[in-house]
Amino acid sequence: MPALLEVTGISKNFSGLRAVADVSFTVPESAIFAVIGPNGAGKTTLFNLIAGVFAPNTGAITFCGDRIDGLRPDEVCRRGVGRTFQIVRPFPGLSVEDNVTVGALLRHPDPAAAMRRAHDILGRLDLFDKRRHLAGALTLPDRKRLEVARALATEPKLLLLDEVMAGLRPTETDRMVEIIRKLNTEAGLTILLIEHVMRAVMSVATRVLVLHHGAAIAEGAPEAVVREPAVIESYLGVEAV
Amino acid sequence: MIARLLHGVPRHAFALLAAVLAVLVAAPVFANDYVLTILILILYSAYAGQAWNILMGFAGQLSLGHALYVGLGAYVTAALYVHFGIGPWVGMPLAILISVACGAIIGFLAFRFGVGGVYFAILTIAFSEFTRIGFDHIDWVGGSSGLFLPVANYTRNDILLLRGQPVMFYYVILALTAVAFVICHGLLRSRVGYYWQAIREDEPAARALGINTFRYKMIAIVISAGMTAPAGVFYAFYYNNLFPEQTFFILRSIEIMLGPVIGGVGTLFGPVIGAFLLTGLSEALQELLTHVGLETPGAKRVFYGVCLLLVVMILPNGIWPPIARLLRLERRDPET
Repeated sequence: MPALLEVTGISKNFSGLRAVADVSFTVPESAIFAVIGPNGAGKTTLFNLIAGVFAPNTGAITFCGDRIDGLRPDEVCRRGVGRTFQIVRPFPGLSVEDNVTVGALLRHPDPAAAMRRAHDILGRLDLFDKRRHLAGALTLPDRKRLEVARALATEPKLLLLDEVMAGLRPTETDRMVEIIRKLNTEAGLTILLIEHVMRAVMSVATRVLVLHHGAAIAEGAPEAVVREPAVIESYLGVEAV
Repeated sequence: MIARLLHGVPRHAFALLAAVLAVLVAAPVFANDYVLTILILILYSAYAGQAWNILMGFAGQLSLGHALYVGLGAYVTAALYVHFGIGPWVGMPLAILISVACGAIIGFLAFRFGVGGVYFAILTIAFSEFTRIGFDHIDWVGGSSGLFLPVANYTRNDILLLRGQPVMFYYVILALTAVAFVICHGLLRSRVGYYWQAIREDEPAARALGINTFRYKMIAIVISAGMTAPAGVFYAFYYNNLFPEQTFFILRSIEIMLGPVIGGVGTLFGPVIGAFLLTGLSEALQELLTHVGLETPGAKRVFYGVCLLLVVMILPNGIWPPIARLLRLERRDPET
């Protein structure tokens, strides 16, 4: 399969702290690619580098054959990379439907068309009935799905999901796993996700990258990666096996 | 175009709006000159508040220096009239252009370099303050001793030169306010309006949805500044005298924002309701106090303070949102 996203040797330093160190990986088209690792491993920084929040100090990020490192977040989004935030950032004072309409306006400049598109997406994420609610008044699971809905509305080719399952109850986690799988199989969306919930990662990911202290320590199929000694030692813990 | 503007507006909201407009249009028939003067004050502050609301209420950028654009609008058209006899409607485009240019400069400096929040507010104060000091020293517009428009007892109204009686000024400011209302309604429903609100609510999240936040904040300040300038034109031709110490004074900027803040920041009706409440009630209070025989020159300020305090404590989103809920004026689906 052709590579949709290619990350080569990127590093990011925050005044002396090396948050991401020489990381390389390739996300093939229509993959569900998971990035795992302990807290502070640099996962979110890696996401922010791809999404254009920071420019990497070294290395290159190629999306659909074009360099995107150093572009602004809005430019990266326009190229076809949608993202969610680990700490959800809905527009609290706007209704659920307006939140998603903002995203849909990127490809549908007419507000009425964007609103129709938003309703469509809200239906797929079980949020249609709550479309009139203020986003700030939603429960956490709803807000997490709103975050995904809003990113989807920009019609990305690659969706970056930053811990969309963190803080969810097991039933809610299964629901999110189902949504992710559906987006991948039905819409053919390529997904890059950061996740701590190993059960979800194992069931949904086609490929896993393990980060530790900013560096990639393992990469491969999920079943293979969890058996690697370095991964067990640094992240999963010996008793997990 | 009109169908588009009415799209999704509840029918009874439209009826209510038409009724309010009808009452305002008919007001001069039954209102005496004093009431008319108060109404002019109210509409003036509703208009200026509406323009300010675009930048703060829609796009979330707090300006504490909107007196700058009022002052520029006032001085440019007044000077053109006094020196060259050029009428206000001809001078207005130039006044708007100059305000827009100033807004663009302030916006560029702030938004390009990531100045936001209170620092942006301080920047806007700085610009209006040094413009005030600058105008004190421009002799061509009278410097600190002021610029005066020729005043005569006009028996007939000259709408082209804005010379005439209160009733003419009343209809001019009513028309301006109505136009501003329609423009803001249209903006809020457009892509720009959605993008502004997204920026107001959470700028990094807006950026992640493909919004060039710098561009949309620039659009907001430019439109807001341009729309504020006609308020200045009105101010100049209505009051006939301009002093830098008054026109560009920071208190003017605060007065502009009080209406929308009390009425409801970011709402269409907020600036209008706020203006009616503040100006209307404070004038009524003043009147009442003089009637009772109490000479209290500071009463208006105290009243403003009390209003602001009450709104902040009881209705932090302003008085319009609960009224809207009461009247069921929230937006509906077009199909329902």
